[in-house]
Amino acid sequence: MTLLPPHKTDGHEVKLGLVIDLDTCVGCHACAVNCKEWNTGGHSAPLPDNDPYGSDPNGVWFNRIHTFEAGIGTDSRTVHFPRSCLHCEEAACVTVCPTGASYKREEDGIVLVNEDACIGCKLCSWACPYGAREYDEDAGVMKKCTLCIDRIYNETMPEADRVPACVSTCPASARHFGDLGDPESDVSQLVAERGGKELMPELGYKPVNRYLPPRAPRKDQGAHGVGASLPWVSSGEGTNLAGAGRFLRWVDRVLSR
Amino acid sequence: MHPAYSVIFFTTASGAGYGLVALMALFGVLNGVNLDPWLGAIGFGLGTLLITGGLLSSTAHLGHPERAWRAYSQWKSSWLSREGVLATATYVPLALTAWGWIVEGSLSGIFGLFAVVLAMFCLLTVYATGMIYATLRTISAWHNRRTVPVYLSFALLTGAAWLHALAQIFGYQTPIQAAVVGVGLMLVWLLKRSYWRIIDTTPGIPTPESATGLGDIGKVRLLDNPTMTETFVQREMGYSVARKHAQKLRRIAFVAYFVIPFALLFTSESSPGIAIPGTLAAAILVTVGAVIERWLFFAEAKHVSMLYYGAKSA
Repeated sequence: MTLLPPHKTDGHEVKLGLVIDLDTCVGCHACAVNCKEWNTGGHSAPLPDNDPYGSDPNGVWFNRIHTFEAGIGTDSRTVHFPRSCLHCEEAACVTVCPTGASYKREEDGIVLVNEDACIGCKLCSWACPYGAREYDEDAGVMKKCTLCIDRIYNETMPEADRVPACVSTCPASARHFGDLGDPESDVSQLVAERGGKELMPELGYKPVNRYLPPRAPRKDQGAHGVGASLPWVSSGEGTNLAGAGRFLRWVDRVLSR
Repeated sequence: MHPAYSVIFFTTASGAGYGLVALMALFGVLNGVNLDPWLGAIGFGLGTLLITGGLLSSTAHLGHPERAWRAYSQWKSSWLSREGVLATATYVPLALTAWGWIVEGSLSGIFGLFAVVLAMFCLLTVYATGMIYATLRTISAWHNRRTVPVYLSFALLTGAAWLHALAQIFGYQTPIQAAVVGVGLMLVWLLKRSYWRIIDTTPGIPTPESATGLGDIGKVRLLDNPTMTETFVQREMGYSVARKHAQKLRRIAFVAYFVIPFALLFTSESSPGIAIPGTLAAAILVTVGAVIERWLFFAEAKHVSMLYYGAKSA
């Protein structure tokens, strides 16, 4: 059912999720690669790759690593920013689903897609503010991060490995996995200690994952270069004719006159 | 947002179809039009064709059209599911009303009730279509008070224009029919003007700072994309081909769905000699205008996830 599970009134609600430390993330993309590696054989397998050696390689990935700059001059920071499903408490991707394919698990809050019931209407990807869902053109269904549901409960694996693939592979230990519904858990303590952030809280989707902001730079040691304002990279605005066919290119030419 | 042709065709064609059969039902009940069986056959036939063609085309953008029946199940939470249920249910009063008009030659008594129920279901179905978009908080251009009224008013205008043209061909035109087209024109003009004013002056609330949680450091700007080529999210949500031409296309749409049809309506009323080609041209033009408007509705809409790809606002 695409109704969200009822909130528990007694005891604590398990909210499994990730805590991502933007202070230590080095932007190596290892989490994205290991995620792809695991999940192309896991619950949502396969994760397609189209034109992998051509001019327009594209495919389904559950982690995307952006790099942002924040601030100006010597106080500015370059921040690598891994982005994946935040397993929202108020997951609109679930409630908009017309077939019941998209669902949120009552027992741990993980948001999943039942690929056998998905009609591939893509409405869930429109409803997701974080761009976390990616459509599989080959299978005609939507795919998304499963929080490695096939690892975290996998009793055939050593207990230490029962964490999502992205967490297990991170060389900087920038990714942490746990129950954010339990205030005593390690991840909740970490969030409290470091002032973990919710992304776009103003939209009200109540994401479970948290991002730990970079620590303030220590000015008493190390080198401090001259802050340079880098030019804007790929604004995302303006015209992009990449997706346009011959007809639209012609319309563009006519209207540009 | 990427404007899928199947969805644009669906919303405009089925909107016109629901508008046409709803108005036929109401005019029929209120004795506003002659219940000529041929007018009924062609009117309900065209309406059913537009509705069904639209619904079928909407399944064309699905990854698994053969599973479309599953979309009837989640009406408790999903407006898309509700739209599917309502659209299908509408066929029942549609068939009964058409029977009353064409075979019984009367829309009174029980058939009058069917006709009123049909008009109500048409209204609810188009309302549900509008709500699919209006409830998406991720797209501020759609999440506003004008989206649903705009969908309803275009269904009214295109339906009324086609009814007026058909009635004209059969010689059953009345000033009231022309007046309803006129009301549709005014509603579409005012609502769309207001819609564009809202989306031009009200950016979405989230910012690159709130999207990344890095606002405490300062202004946030993208340094590097995750990939060298475009991902699904960029292609689907980051579509921006139309934005450069938005103002021109808005004017073209406005001329097509308001200016020329308004002039044609006026001329057709005053010179009956050209009324048939005039009202027919008006019906075609408002439909073309609705298609351009619907294309812009998608292409102009910005999705909040683009904040992660360098958009400064969404």
